[in-house]
Amino acid sequence: MSTRIVPAASLIPADAPFPKAAKVALGMPQLRKNLAHATGTIRAKRANVAGELDDWESLRDTASAIKADVQHRLPELAVEFERNATAAGARVHWARDAQEANEIAARIVREAGADEVVKVKSMATQEIELNEHFEAVGLKAFETDLAELIVQLAEDKPSHILVPAIHYNRTEIRDIFDQKMGDAPKGLTDEPAALAEAARQHLRRRFLSAKVAVSGANFAVAETGSLVVVESEGNGRMCLTMPRTLISIVGIEKLLPRFADLEVFMQLLPRSSTGERMNPYTSVWTGAREGDGPEDVHVILLDNGRTGVLADEVGRQALSCIRCSACLNVCPVYERTGGHAYGHVYPGPIGAILAPQLEPGRHDDLPYASSLCGACYEVCPVKINIPEVLVHLRQQGPHQAGERAAMRAAKAVMARPRLWRAALKAARIGSMPWRRKGFLRRLPWPGSKWTVSRDLPVPPKEDFRDWWKERQR
Amino acid sequence: MPRVGLFITCVNDALFPATPKAVVQILERLGYDVDFPAAQTCCGQMHANSGYKKDAATLAGAFEDVFGAYDAIVTPSGSCAAMARDQYPHLIGSDIGDHVYELSEFLIDVAGVEDVGARFPHTVTYHPTCHGTRALGLGDKPLRLLRAVQGIELVDLPAADQCCGFGGTFALKNSEVSSAMLADKCRHAADTGAEYLAAADNSCLTHIGGGIFRAGGPRPIHYAEILASTA
Ligand code: SF4
Repeated sequence: MSTRIVPAASLIPADAPFPKAAKVALGMPQLRKNLAHATGTIRAKRANVAGELDDWESLRDTASAIKADVQHRLPELAVEFERNATAAGARVHWARDAQEANEIAARIVREAGADEVVKVKSMATQEIELNEHFEAVGLKAFETDLAELIVQLAEDKPSHILVPAIHYNRTEIRDIFDQKMGDAPKGLTDEPAALAEAARQHLRRRFLSAKVAVSGANFAVAETGSLVVVESEGNGRMCLTMPRTLISIVGIEKLLPRFADLEVFMQLLPRSSTGERMNPYTSVWTGAREGDGPEDVHVILLDNGRTGVLADEVGRQALSCIRCSACLNVCPVYERTGGHAYGHVYPGPIGAILAPQLEPGRHDDLPYASSLCGACYEVCPVKINIPEVLVHLRQQGPHQAGERAAMRAAKAVMARPRLWRAALKAARIGSMPWRRKGFLRRLPWPGSKWTVSRDLPVPPKEDFRDWWKERQR
Repeated sequence: MPRVGLFITCVNDALFPATPKAVVQILERLGYDVDFPAAQTCCGQMHANSGYKKDAATLAGAFEDVFGAYDAIVTPSGSCAAMARDQYPHLIGSDIGDHVYELSEFLIDVAGVEDVGARFPHTVTYHPTCHGTRALGLGDKPLRLLRAVQGIELVDLPAADQCCGFGGTFALKNSEVSSAMLADKCRHAADTGAEYLAAADNSCLTHIGGGIFRAGGPRPIHYAEILASTA
């Protein structure tokens, strides 16, 4: 009865330029329907709860200022974090890149005498492709977040930061469980409660047997050496408390100076991400404590391109991101293409400014995957001026030769009023044959990129300049 | 009375003379002396947003030369006004943008009028363009002016705040995504059953109109032309 699920990531080419990958995604009606429905729902919820707070704008300003301060003092805060976390019994490791982080994590797992781990949903581990690395070295990583579990079972890739399985509807999820979970109950329906229960039973066995857990962190507090994980299913709480060994992989930009700073972010994050007023499960831990949670606690501080981003005065604001996904949910481009088309773990508006900075020379097409409509900036809880960074990145180049020549020619004309007037006149004369019709319906390439869906008006007979001259007489 | 310079924008210069004419008529009706400096060309937005910073700076510099002496520069384009205000400071270190007003800003904030004495007995739906609304923060200023027009019947546009998919070169570089956004905008516009679709930017209207001419729907019109109408 169940339809075989083809993972979306296998259909949408991750290495293709954005316009090409987007075209494939646009041709997948079910995917588009699922995305439009899901983003539309979260968007409305977010707007509603953000609107409830009178001081929403000042919260955003404060969060933005705290993050800017962190960026100014990152080395100092990282060392302060290390000192305090170590004093509390954690072991802090430093990883320059994905490779180093993966190797450190794999070594810790082996030292703990394990060959599998349970995972809390974490973008940092997606970024470094920890699961793939573990598999390559003979270790297994099991996702325990419901949506990550769905994606992992489907052998797909996440398509959203917060809701990695946003591109599937519940019937498709039922089919995935049915075909891939192994221990899925017979006659499983697509009722959300039934699906959640099936996942719960499946995961419980893993929680009880796991010796090692891997997590990320939403925040790392320098003042106390504490880590914070914000989640809504309780799977994270299980991972963070039950296994004896805990490895947390944390991007260095996650640092906050003071514990009290959490007050600001814990108001902004749930409202911006899930549209909830308060977050269901917030876990805060500081080092290790005997008889209470994991005894062998590791923190891997990850750079992986971040210090490079930090060096760019305009681009560095991308490091303020708290991964709430609000910008994805309001983005008219993301809504229509989904995350796979971006070809990076960070999709949508934040991905368009972060991916090309984290991996310079790659993803040069992403800063153009935006109409600069500004909806992302309007909702971003830390006020990252995404359109500004998009334009900034476009200005770093590289530019395609034909386009550069056209732009230069246009500038040469526009910079000389007499030439400009002559060009306008030439256009009026040249388009005379189409004047009666008033528009052009089909143009040769590259004009065809316009006329594929829109007519182009032709210049009218009399222009404003003639009219103005006439009445000055 | 301030010295008002009219910046008609390159798009209107080439394609839509009726819009700047309307601006002149409205401002003169309110008693302003309007000047059109003929050396004007383009604000540099296309170059800046496509990544050609140096070219954009040249054009921004030329804009400053042409308009530097005016107390107020009025333009019927939210995105060109936003360009001058948001980008000129770091592009050429100029704050001339503080004196550039999108038409509705000038009418409401400087002239202090909402009723400009227009009559337009038609049904109209209004699309708030992205740069005007978000970058410039026009809010509902153009709508307030439209509400004061005699005989007009305004119809809400569903999902009005969604981008039409223009975005300058985005419409060419990401033609498919842009077209998908446009299709939704055109459908919503047609669903209103209005005779006209008004907006504060003819570049967006060229895009939406280009789609509507094919699919059918309300006629695109710059809201300045409605405000100038006394029919
Ligand atoms: S850029 Fe802003 S809105 Fe987007 S995910 Fe990051 S914090 Fe959220």
